[in-house]
Amino acid sequence: MKSYLYYPGCSLSGSARAYAASLGAILEPLGIELHEIDDWNCCGATEYLTLSPLRGQALISRNLALAQAQRDGAQTLVAPCSACYVNLAKTDRYFRENSEFRSRLNEVLAADGLHYTPGAVRVRHLLEVLIEDVGLDAIAAAVTRPLNGLRVAPYLGCLVSRPDLDRRWALHEEPRELDRLMAALGAEVVDFPARTACCAGHMTQISPEVAWDLLRRVIEPADHAGADLLVTVCPMCQMNVDSFQGEMDRHLGLRYHMPILFFTQLIGLALGRPAAELGIGSEVVSAAQALARIGVEVPPPTEPPVESGHEPRRQKRPTGLPMPEPLEVPR
Amino acid sequence: MDHTPRALFALILAGLRDEALASNTPWMCLSCYFCSVRCPMGIRIPDVMYAVKAIATREGIQPEKTGSDFSRTFVANVERFGRSYEMGLVAQHYLRHYPLRLPGLAPMGIAMVTRGRMGFVPHRIRGLAGLRAILARASELEAAQLETAQLEVADGHGGTP
Repeated sequence: MKSYLYYPGCSLSGSARAYAASLGAILEPLGIELHEIDDWNCCGATEYLTLSPLRGQALISRNLALAQAQRDGAQTLVAPCSACYVNLAKTDRYFRENSEFRSRLNEVLAADGLHYTPGAVRVRHLLEVLIEDVGLDAIAAAVTRPLNGLRVAPYLGCLVSRPDLDRRWALHEEPRELDRLMAALGAEVVDFPARTACCAGHMTQISPEVAWDLLRRVIEPADHAGADLLVTVCPMCQMNVDSFQGEMDRHLGLRYHMPILFFTQLIGLALGRPAAELGIGSEVVSAAQALARIGVEVPPPTEPPVESGHEPRRQKRPTGLPMPEPLEVPR
Repeated sequence: MDHTPRALFALILAGLRDEALASNTPWMCLSCYFCSVRCPMGIRIPDVMYAVKAIATREGIQPEKTGSDFSRTFVANVERFGRSYEMGLVAQHYLRHYPLRLPGLAPMGIAMVTRGRMGFVPHRIRGLAGLRAILARASELEAAQLETAQLEVADGHGGTP
Protein backbone atom coordinates (compact mmCIF):
# COMPACT_ATOMS: atom_id res chain seq x y z
CA MET A 1 0.00 0.00 0.00
CA LYS A 2 1.24 3.47 -0.90
CA SER A 3 0.14 6.14 1.52
CA TYR A 4 -0.66 9.77 0.65
CA LEU A 5 -2.05 12.92 2.18
CA TYR A 6 -5.22 13.89 0.38
CA TYR A 7 -6.81 17.24 -0.43
CA PRO A 8 -10.16 16.46 -2.11
CA GLY A 9 -11.32 20.03 -2.82
CA CYS A 10 -14.87 21.35 -2.56
CA SER A 11 -16.28 20.05 -5.83
CA LEU A 12 -15.61 16.40 -4.96
CA SER A 13 -18.41 16.49 -2.43
CA GLY A 14 -20.64 18.47 -4.82
CA SER A 15 -20.70 18.72 -8.58
CA ALA A 16 -17.84 16.21 -8.98
CA ARG A 17 -19.22 13.62 -6.55
CA ALA A 18 -18.72 10.99 -9.27
CA TYR A 19 -14.98 11.75 -9.24
CA ALA A 20 -14.84 10.99 -5.50
CA ALA A 21 -16.94 7.83 -5.86
CA SER A 22 -14.86 6.43 -8.71
CA LEU A 23 -11.58 7.31 -7.01
CA GLY A 24 -12.79 5.52 -3.88
CA ALA A 25 -13.58 2.43 -5.93
CA ILE A 26 -10.12 2.09 -7.50
CA LEU A 27 -7.91 2.84 -4.48
CA GLU A 28 -7.75 -0.64 -3.05
CA PRO A 29 -7.17 -2.52 -6.32
CA LEU A 30 -4.37 -0.07 -7.18
CA GLY A 31 -2.81 -0.29 -3.71
CA ILE A 32 -3.33 3.32 -2.65
CA GLU A 33 -4.26 4.69 0.75
CA LEU A 34 -5.42 8.31 1.12
CA HIS A 35 -5.44 10.31 4.35
CA GLU A 36 -7.66 13.35 4.02
CA ILE A 37 -6.32 16.55 5.59
CA ASP A 38 -8.52 17.22 8.59
CA ASP A 39 -10.64 20.38 8.35
CA TRP A 40 -9.13 21.61 5.09
CA ASN A 41 -10.62 24.76 3.55
CA CYS A 42 -11.44 25.86 0.01
CA CYS A 43 -8.37 26.69 -2.13
CA GLY A 44 -10.09 29.85 -3.38
CA ALA A 45 -9.95 28.83 -7.06
CA THR A 46 -8.93 31.94 -8.99
CA GLU A 47 -11.50 34.16 -7.29
CA TYR A 48 -9.54 34.94 -4.14
CA LEU A 49 -6.35 35.79 -6.02
CA THR A 50 -8.40 38.13 -8.20
CA LEU A 51 -9.53 40.22 -5.24
CA SER A 52 -6.41 40.04 -3.10
CA PRO A 53 -3.35 37.91 -3.87
CA LEU A 54 -2.18 37.92 -0.24
CA ARG A 55 -5.51 36.77 1.17
CA GLY A 56 -5.72 34.18 -1.59
CA GLN A 57 -2.26 32.84 -0.78
CA ALA A 58 -3.13 32.84 2.94
CA LEU A 59 -6.21 30.71 2.28
CA ILE A 60 -4.13 28.21 0.31
CA SER A 61 -1.28 28.22 2.83
CA ARG A 62 -3.56 27.15 5.67
CA ASN A 63 -4.07 23.84 3.83
CA LEU A 64 -0.33 23.37 3.34
CA ALA A 65 0.28 24.09 7.02
CA LEU A 66 -2.44 21.61 8.08
CA ALA A 67 -0.95 19.00 5.76
CA GLN A 68 2.47 19.51 7.28
CA ALA A 69 1.07 19.17 10.82
CA GLN A 70 -0.75 15.96 9.92
CA ARG A 71 1.82 14.25 7.76
CA ASP A 72 2.91 11.02 9.30
CA GLY A 73 5.49 9.52 7.03
CA ALA A 74 3.52 10.49 3.94
CA GLN A 75 5.21 13.31 2.03
CA THR A 76 3.04 13.58 -1.04
CA LEU A 77 -0.11 15.67 -0.96
CA VAL A 78 -2.45 14.43 -3.69
CA ALA A 79 -5.08 16.70 -5.23
CA PRO A 80 -7.55 15.26 -7.75
CA CYS A 81 -8.83 18.71 -8.78
CA SER A 82 -6.56 20.49 -11.24
CA ALA A 83 -7.39 23.97 -9.92
CA CYS A 84 -6.70 22.98 -6.30
CA TYR A 85 -3.55 21.23 -7.44
CA VAL A 86 -2.17 24.28 -9.20
CA ASN A 87 -2.98 26.58 -6.28
CA LEU A 88 -1.32 24.30 -3.73
CA ALA A 89 1.69 23.54 -5.94
CA LYS A 90 2.27 27.17 -6.89
CA THR A 91 2.04 28.38 -3.31
CA ASP A 92 4.46 25.70 -2.09
CA ARG A 93 6.81 26.72 -4.87
CA TYR A 94 6.63 30.41 -3.88
CA PHE A 95 7.38 29.40 -0.28
CA ARG A 96 10.50 27.62 -1.51
CA GLU A 97 11.83 30.22 -3.90
CA ASN A 98 10.97 33.55 -2.24
CA SER A 99 12.07 34.26 1.33
CA GLU A 100 9.99 37.43 1.58
CA PHE A 101 6.88 35.51 0.53
CA ARG A 102 7.74 32.80 3.05
CA SER A 103 8.12 35.10 6.03
CA ARG A 104 5.06 37.16 5.14
CA LEU A 105 2.81 34.10 4.75
CA ASN A 106 4.14 32.50 7.91
CA GLU A 107 3.43 35.75 9.75
CA VAL A 108 -0.13 35.51 8.45
CA LEU A 109 -0.47 31.81 9.39
CA ALA A 110 0.79 32.58 12.90
CA ALA A 111 -2.54 34.35 13.51
CA ASP A 112 -3.96 30.83 13.99
CA GLY A 113 -0.78 29.24 15.42
CA LEU A 114 0.13 27.60 12.11
CA HIS A 115 3.39 27.40 10.19
CA TYR A 116 4.53 25.99 6.87
CA THR A 117 8.06 24.83 6.10
CA PRO A 118 8.77 25.12 2.35
CA GLY A 119 8.77 21.72 0.69
CA ALA A 120 7.32 19.96 3.76
CA VAL A 121 4.88 18.28 1.40
CA ARG A 122 5.22 17.52 -2.28
CA VAL A 123 2.05 18.55 -4.07
CA ARG A 124 1.09 16.25 -6.93
CA HIS A 125 -1.93 15.74 -9.14
CA LEU A 126 -3.72 12.40 -8.92
CA LEU A 127 -2.89 11.63 -12.56
CA GLU A 128 0.82 12.05 -11.90
CA VAL A 129 0.64 9.73 -8.88
CA LEU A 130 -1.22 7.01 -10.77
CA ILE A 131 1.18 7.12 -13.70
CA GLU A 132 4.45 7.49 -11.82
CA ASP A 133 3.90 5.66 -8.55
CA VAL A 134 1.40 2.96 -9.48
CA GLY A 135 2.66 2.77 -13.05
CA LEU A 136 1.04 2.01 -16.37
CA ASP A 137 2.20 -1.61 -16.31
CA ALA A 138 0.59 -2.27 -12.93
CA ILE A 139 -2.61 -0.55 -14.03
CA ALA A 140 -2.68 -2.55 -17.28
CA ALA A 141 -2.11 -5.74 -15.27
CA ALA A 142 -5.10 -4.97 -13.04
CA VAL A 143 -7.48 -4.53 -16.01
CA THR A 144 -10.17 -7.22 -16.09
CA ARG A 145 -12.52 -5.62 -18.61
CA PRO A 146 -10.47 -3.82 -21.28
CA LEU A 147 -12.21 -0.83 -22.85
CA ASN A 148 -11.58 -2.25 -26.34
CA GLY A 149 -13.53 -0.37 -28.97
CA LEU A 150 -14.23 2.73 -26.86
CA ARG A 151 -12.96 5.82 -28.68
CA VAL A 152 -11.71 8.29 -26.12
CA ALA A 153 -10.55 11.91 -26.54
CA PRO A 154 -7.96 12.55 -23.79
CA TYR A 155 -8.86 15.95 -22.37
CA LEU A 156 -6.19 16.91 -19.85
CA GLY A 157 -7.15 20.60 -19.60
CA CYS A 158 -4.88 23.47 -18.60
CA LEU A 159 -3.74 23.08 -15.06
CA VAL A 160 -1.91 19.77 -14.84
CA SER A 161 0.91 20.29 -17.31
CA ARG A 162 0.92 24.08 -16.84
CA PRO A 163 2.36 26.25 -15.36
CA ASP A 164 4.57 23.34 -14.17
CA LEU A 165 6.96 25.59 -12.25
CA ASP A 166 8.87 22.51 -11.05
CA ARG A 167 9.35 21.23 -14.60
CA ARG A 168 7.93 17.76 -14.11
CA TRP A 169 6.22 17.50 -17.49
CA ALA A 170 8.13 16.97 -20.71
CA LEU A 171 5.43 18.59 -22.85
CA HIS A 172 3.21 21.43 -21.65
CA GLU A 173 0.89 21.81 -24.58
CA GLU A 174 0.63 18.30 -26.02
CA PRO A 175 1.39 15.95 -23.12
CA ARG A 176 0.66 12.29 -23.85
CA GLU A 177 0.45 10.83 -20.35
CA LEU A 178 -3.35 10.62 -20.29
CA ASP A 179 -3.28 9.09 -23.79
CA ARG A 180 -0.97 6.36 -22.54
CA LEU A 181 -3.10 5.68 -19.49
CA MET A 182 -6.21 5.31 -21.66
CA ALA A 183 -4.32 2.99 -24.01
CA ALA A 184 -3.26 0.89 -20.99
CA LEU A 185 -6.97 0.43 -20.24
CA GLY A 186 -7.49 -0.87 -23.79
CA ALA A 187 -9.33 2.21 -25.06
CA GLU A 188 -8.78 3.59 -28.52
CA VAL A 189 -7.28 7.09 -28.19
CA VAL A 190 -8.43 9.39 -30.98
CA ASP A 191 -6.31 12.18 -32.44
CA PHE A 192 -7.44 15.11 -30.30
CA PRO A 193 -5.53 18.38 -30.75
CA ALA A 194 -7.48 20.23 -28.02
CA ARG A 195 -6.13 18.10 -25.17
CA THR A 196 -4.95 21.09 -23.14
CA ALA A 197 -7.39 23.71 -24.44
CA CYS A 198 -9.28 25.71 -21.82
CA CYS A 199 -12.80 24.56 -20.82
CA ALA A 200 -13.78 28.22 -20.23
CA GLY A 201 -13.24 28.09 -16.46
CA HIS A 202 -15.47 30.64 -14.76
CA MET A 203 -16.43 32.24 -18.09
CA THR A 204 -19.61 30.11 -18.00
CA GLN A 205 -20.50 32.27 -14.98
CA ILE A 206 -19.27 35.69 -16.08
CA SER A 207 -19.26 35.85 -19.87
CA PRO A 208 -21.32 33.08 -21.47
CA GLU A 209 -20.66 34.11 -25.11
CA VAL A 210 -16.93 33.64 -24.57
CA ALA A 211 -17.58 30.38 -22.73
CA TRP A 212 -19.65 28.85 -25.55
CA ASP A 213 -16.92 29.73 -28.00
CA LEU A 214 -14.27 28.05 -25.84
CA LEU A 215 -16.42 24.98 -25.15
CA ARG A 216 -16.96 24.56 -28.86
CA ARG A 217 -13.20 24.51 -29.36
CA VAL A 218 -13.02 21.47 -27.07
CA ILE A 219 -16.11 19.57 -28.15
CA GLU A 220 -15.87 20.09 -31.91
CA PRO A 221 -12.46 18.46 -32.45
CA ALA A 222 -13.48 15.50 -30.28
CA ASP A 223 -16.54 15.03 -32.42
CA HIS A 224 -14.54 15.46 -35.64
CA ALA A 225 -12.09 12.82 -34.45
CA GLY A 226 -14.97 10.41 -33.93
CA ALA A 227 -14.66 10.19 -30.15
CA ASP A 228 -17.40 8.43 -28.17
CA LEU A 229 -16.58 10.54 -25.16
CA LEU A 230 -14.09 12.91 -23.58
CA VAL A 231 -12.10 11.84 -20.54
CA THR A 232 -11.02 14.45 -18.01
CA VAL A 233 -8.93 14.78 -14.83
CA CYS A 234 -10.56 18.04 -13.66
CA PRO A 235 -13.92 18.82 -11.99
CA MET A 236 -14.14 22.25 -13.63
CA CYS A 237 -13.61 20.83 -17.14
CA GLN A 238 -16.18 18.11 -16.43
CA MET A 239 -18.79 20.56 -15.21
CA ASN A 240 -18.38 23.06 -18.04
CA VAL A 241 -18.36 20.53 -20.87
CA ASP A 242 -21.15 18.46 -19.32
CA SER A 243 -23.50 21.04 -17.80
CA PHE A 244 -23.19 23.87 -20.31
CA GLN A 245 -23.07 21.80 -23.51
CA GLY A 246 -26.85 22.09 -23.96
CA GLU A 247 -26.76 25.86 -23.60
CA MET A 248 -23.83 26.09 -26.01
CA ASP A 249 -25.70 23.93 -28.55
CA ARG A 250 -28.77 26.10 -28.31
CA HIS A 251 -26.97 29.41 -28.67
CA LEU A 252 -24.51 28.46 -31.39
CA GLY A 253 -27.02 26.39 -33.34
CA LEU A 254 -25.10 23.14 -32.84
CA ARG A 255 -26.23 19.63 -31.99
CA TYR A 256 -23.46 17.98 -30.07
CA HIS A 257 -23.92 15.14 -27.66
CA MET A 258 -20.43 14.58 -26.28
CA PRO A 259 -20.31 12.91 -22.86
CA ILE A 260 -17.39 13.60 -20.55
CA LEU A 261 -16.28 11.20 -17.80
CA PHE A 262 -13.54 11.33 -15.17
CA PHE A 263 -10.48 9.19 -15.87
CA THR A 264 -11.08 7.38 -12.58
CA GLN A 265 -14.50 6.29 -13.89
CA LEU A 266 -12.89 4.69 -16.94
CA ILE A 267 -10.20 3.07 -14.81
CA GLY A 268 -12.96 1.71 -12.57
CA LEU A 269 -14.81 0.25 -15.54
CA ALA A 270 -11.63 -1.38 -16.84
CA LEU A 271 -11.03 -2.85 -13.38
CA GLY A 272 -14.47 -4.45 -13.65
CA ARG A 273 -16.39 -2.28 -11.21
CA PRO A 274 -20.10 -1.69 -11.91
CA ALA A 275 -21.02 1.65 -13.53
CA ALA A 276 -23.32 2.75 -10.68
CA GLU A 277 -20.55 2.41 -8.08
CA LEU A 278 -18.42 4.77 -10.20
CA GLY A 279 -21.02 7.53 -10.31
CA ILE A 280 -21.68 6.88 -13.98
CA GLY A 281 -25.20 8.08 -14.76
CA SER A 282 -24.79 11.34 -12.84
CA GLU A 283 -23.52 13.21 -15.88
CA VAL A 284 -25.93 15.61 -17.63
CA VAL A 285 -24.91 14.53 -21.15
CA SER A 286 -25.47 10.81 -20.73
CA ALA A 287 -22.61 8.42 -21.43
CA ALA A 288 -24.99 5.43 -21.60
CA GLN A 289 -25.01 5.20 -25.39
CA ALA A 290 -21.23 5.51 -25.66
CA LEU A 291 -20.63 2.86 -23.00
CA ALA A 292 -23.21 0.51 -24.53
CA ARG A 293 -20.77 0.16 -27.42
CA ILE A 294 -18.47 -1.77 -25.12
CA GLY A 295 -21.26 -3.64 -23.36
CA VAL A 296 -21.40 -1.53 -20.19
CA GLU A 297 -24.88 -1.04 -18.83
CA VAL A 298 -25.61 2.28 -17.18
CA PRO A 299 -28.54 2.62 -14.76
CA PRO A 300 -31.11 5.06 -16.19
CA PRO A 301 -31.37 8.44 -14.44
CA THR A 302 -34.24 9.02 -12.07
CA GLU A 303 -35.74 11.80 -14.16
CA PRO A 304 -36.19 12.26 -17.93
CA PRO A 305 -32.95 12.92 -19.81
CA VAL A 306 -31.95 16.48 -20.59
CA GLU A 307 -32.60 17.05 -24.27
CA SER A 308 -29.93 18.86 -26.18
CA GLY A 309 -30.69 17.34 -29.57
CA HIS A 310 -33.50 19.78 -30.45
CA GLU A 311 -33.72 21.75 -33.66
CA PRO A 312 -31.14 24.55 -33.67
CA ARG A 313 -32.81 27.94 -33.73
CA ARG A 314 -30.32 29.68 -35.91
CA GLN A 315 -26.68 29.43 -36.78
CA LYS A 316 -24.68 32.08 -34.98
CA ARG A 317 -21.13 33.08 -35.53
CA PRO A 318 -19.11 32.95 -32.36
CA THR A 319 -18.16 36.48 -31.38
CA GLY A 320 -16.25 35.95 -28.17
CA LEU A 321 -12.51 35.96 -28.61
CA PRO A 322 -10.08 37.07 -31.29
CA MET A 323 -8.78 33.62 -32.12
CA PRO A 324 -8.44 31.59 -35.30
CA GLU A 325 -11.47 29.65 -36.50
CA PRO A 326 -11.45 25.92 -35.79
CA LEU A 327 -10.56 23.95 -38.93
CA GLU A 328 -13.45 22.43 -40.83
CA VAL A 329 -12.53 18.77 -41.03
CA PRO A 330 -14.75 16.55 -43.17
CA ARG A 331 -15.97 13.48 -41.32
CA MET B 1 -11.18 42.13 -25.05
CA ASP B 2 -9.89 45.71 -24.95
CA HIS B 3 -6.18 44.93 -25.37
CA THR B 4 -4.04 41.97 -26.25
CA PRO B 5 -1.84 40.97 -23.28
CA ARG B 6 1.16 42.52 -25.04
CA ALA B 7 -0.66 45.85 -25.42
CA LEU B 8 -1.70 45.72 -21.76
CA PHE B 9 1.91 45.25 -20.66
CA ALA B 10 2.94 48.12 -22.92
CA LEU B 11 0.39 50.34 -21.13
CA ILE B 12 1.80 49.30 -17.75
CA LEU B 13 5.40 49.88 -18.83
CA ALA B 14 4.47 53.28 -20.27
CA GLY B 15 2.97 54.24 -16.91
CA LEU B 16 -0.54 54.59 -18.34
CA ARG B 17 -2.02 53.41 -15.07
CA ASP B 18 -5.66 54.43 -15.55
CA GLU B 19 -5.88 52.86 -19.01
CA ALA B 20 -4.33 49.62 -17.77
CA LEU B 21 -6.67 49.36 -14.78
CA ALA B 22 -9.73 50.16 -16.89
CA SER B 23 -8.91 47.46 -19.46
CA ASN B 24 -11.10 44.37 -19.39
CA THR B 25 -8.20 42.23 -20.59
CA PRO B 26 -7.13 40.86 -17.17
CA TRP B 27 -10.77 39.91 -16.55
CA MET B 28 -10.73 37.80 -19.71
CA CYS B 29 -7.71 35.86 -18.44
CA LEU B 30 -8.70 32.34 -17.41
CA SER B 31 -5.32 31.31 -15.98
CA CYS B 32 -4.77 28.65 -18.65
CA TYR B 33 -1.02 29.34 -18.41
CA PHE B 34 -0.37 28.88 -22.15
CA CYS B 35 1.40 32.26 -22.09
CA SER B 36 3.45 31.24 -19.03
CA VAL B 37 4.98 28.21 -20.68
CA ARG B 38 5.54 30.06 -23.96
CA CYS B 39 7.04 33.29 -22.57
CA PRO B 40 10.76 33.34 -23.47
CA MET B 41 11.41 35.69 -20.53
CA GLY B 42 9.75 33.35 -18.03
CA ILE B 43 7.28 36.01 -16.92
CA ARG B 44 4.40 34.64 -14.84
CA ILE B 45 1.77 36.49 -16.81
CA PRO B 46 -1.32 35.20 -14.94
CA ASP B 47 0.18 36.54 -11.68
CA VAL B 48 0.46 39.97 -13.32
CA MET B 49 -3.19 39.68 -14.38
CA TYR B 50 -4.23 38.83 -10.80
CA ALA B 51 -2.30 41.84 -9.53
CA VAL B 52 -3.91 44.22 -12.02
CA LYS B 53 -7.37 42.88 -11.13
CA ALA B 54 -6.70 43.21 -7.41
CA ILE B 55 -5.50 46.82 -7.75
CA ALA B 56 -8.48 47.72 -9.94
CA THR B 57 -10.86 46.10 -7.44
CA ARG B 58 -9.27 47.93 -4.52
CA GLU B 59 -9.71 51.23 -6.34
CA GLY B 60 -13.29 50.50 -7.30
CA ILE B 61 -12.57 50.25 -11.02
CA GLN B 62 -14.76 47.58 -12.57
CA PRO B 63 -14.30 47.11 -16.30
CA GLU B 64 -16.02 43.73 -16.01
CA LYS B 65 -18.64 44.00 -13.31
CA THR B 66 -20.00 40.48 -13.64
CA GLY B 67 -16.51 39.08 -13.16
CA SER B 68 -15.67 41.04 -10.05
CA ASP B 69 -19.13 40.37 -8.61
CA PHE B 70 -18.69 36.65 -9.15
CA SER B 71 -15.34 36.74 -7.35
CA ARG B 72 -16.88 38.65 -4.46
CA THR B 73 -19.82 36.26 -4.10
CA PHE B 74 -17.48 33.26 -4.23
CA VAL B 75 -15.17 34.76 -1.62
CA ALA B 76 -18.07 35.76 0.65
CA ASN B 77 -19.29 32.14 0.68
CA VAL B 78 -15.83 30.80 1.46
CA GLU B 79 -15.41 33.28 4.31
CA ARG B 80 -18.77 32.28 5.70
CA PHE B 81 -18.27 28.52 5.56
CA GLY B 82 -14.60 27.80 4.86
CA ARG B 83 -15.61 25.82 1.79
CA SER B 84 -17.15 26.75 -1.51
CA TYR B 85 -20.95 26.51 -1.48
CA GLU B 86 -21.90 25.76 -5.07
CA MET B 87 -25.67 26.00 -4.67
CA GLY B 88 -25.54 29.33 -2.84
CA LEU B 89 -23.02 30.76 -5.29
CA VAL B 90 -25.01 29.77 -8.35
CA ALA B 91 -28.33 30.94 -6.90
CA GLN B 92 -27.02 34.36 -5.83
CA HIS B 93 -25.01 34.96 -8.97
CA TYR B 94 -27.59 33.88 -11.55
CA LEU B 95 -30.51 35.66 -9.91
CA ARG B 96 -28.48 38.84 -9.89
CA HIS B 97 -26.80 38.72 -13.28
CA TYR B 98 -28.45 36.11 -15.47
CA PRO B 99 -32.16 35.78 -14.62
CA LEU B 100 -32.87 35.36 -18.34
CA ARG B 101 -30.53 32.38 -18.63
CA LEU B 102 -32.35 30.51 -15.88
CA PRO B 103 -35.25 29.05 -17.91
CA GLY B 104 -32.81 27.61 -20.46
CA LEU B 105 -30.60 26.21 -17.72
CA ALA B 106 -33.44 24.81 -15.62
CA PRO B 107 -33.34 21.22 -17.00
CA MET B 108 -29.59 21.10 -16.36
CA GLY B 109 -30.06 22.51 -12.87
CA ILE B 110 -32.74 19.94 -12.06
CA ALA B 111 -30.48 17.15 -13.32
CA MET B 112 -27.62 18.43 -11.16
CA VAL B 113 -29.83 18.44 -8.07
CA THR B 114 -31.56 15.08 -8.62
CA ARG B 115 -28.25 13.39 -9.42
CA GLY B 116 -26.82 14.58 -6.14
CA ARG B 117 -24.35 17.03 -7.66
CA MET B 118 -25.72 20.18 -6.06
CA GLY B 119 -26.24 20.05 -2.30
CA PHE B 120 -28.57 22.41 -0.46
CA VAL B 121 -26.60 22.40 2.78
CA PRO B 122 -23.19 24.09 2.91
CA HIS B 123 -20.31 22.39 4.69
CA ARG B 124 -18.84 24.47 7.49
CA ILE B 125 -15.27 23.82 8.62
CA ARG B 126 -14.51 23.64 12.36
CA GLY B 127 -11.57 26.01 12.23
CA LEU B 128 -13.58 28.91 10.84
CA ALA B 129 -12.48 31.34 13.58
CA GLY B 130 -8.83 30.48 12.90
CA LEU B 131 -9.26 30.87 9.15
CA ARG B 132 -10.87 34.28 9.63
CA ALA B 133 -8.01 35.34 11.91
CA ILE B 134 -5.54 34.35 9.18
CA LEU B 135 -7.43 36.30 6.53
CA ALA B 136 -7.74 39.34 8.82
CA ARG B 137 -3.98 39.31 9.43
CA ALA B 138 -3.45 39.12 5.65
CA SER B 139 -5.66 42.19 5.17
CA GLU B 140 -3.72 44.10 7.84
CA LEU B 141 -0.40 43.28 6.22
CA GLU B 142 -1.71 44.23 2.81
CA ALA B 143 -2.98 47.59 4.08
CA ALA B 144 0.33 48.31 5.82
CA GLN B 145 2.25 47.39 2.69
CA LEU B 146 0.06 49.68 0.60
CA GLU B 147 0.60 52.57 2.99
CA THR B 148 4.37 52.13 2.84
CA ALA B 149 4.26 52.06 -0.97
CA GLN B 150 2.18 55.24 -1.08
CA LEU B 151 4.55 57.02 1.30
CA GLU B 152 7.48 56.02 -0.87
CA VAL B 153 5.76 57.39 -3.94
CA ALA B 154 4.95 60.63 -2.09
CA ASP B 155 8.59 60.94 -0.98
CA GLY B 156 9.77 60.36 -4.50
CA HIS B 157 11.41 57.03 -3.63
CA GLY B 158 8.96 54.90 -5.61
CA GLY B 159 9.45 53.72 -9.15
CA THR B 160 6.63 53.77 -11.66
CA PRO B 161 3.45 54.54 -9.70
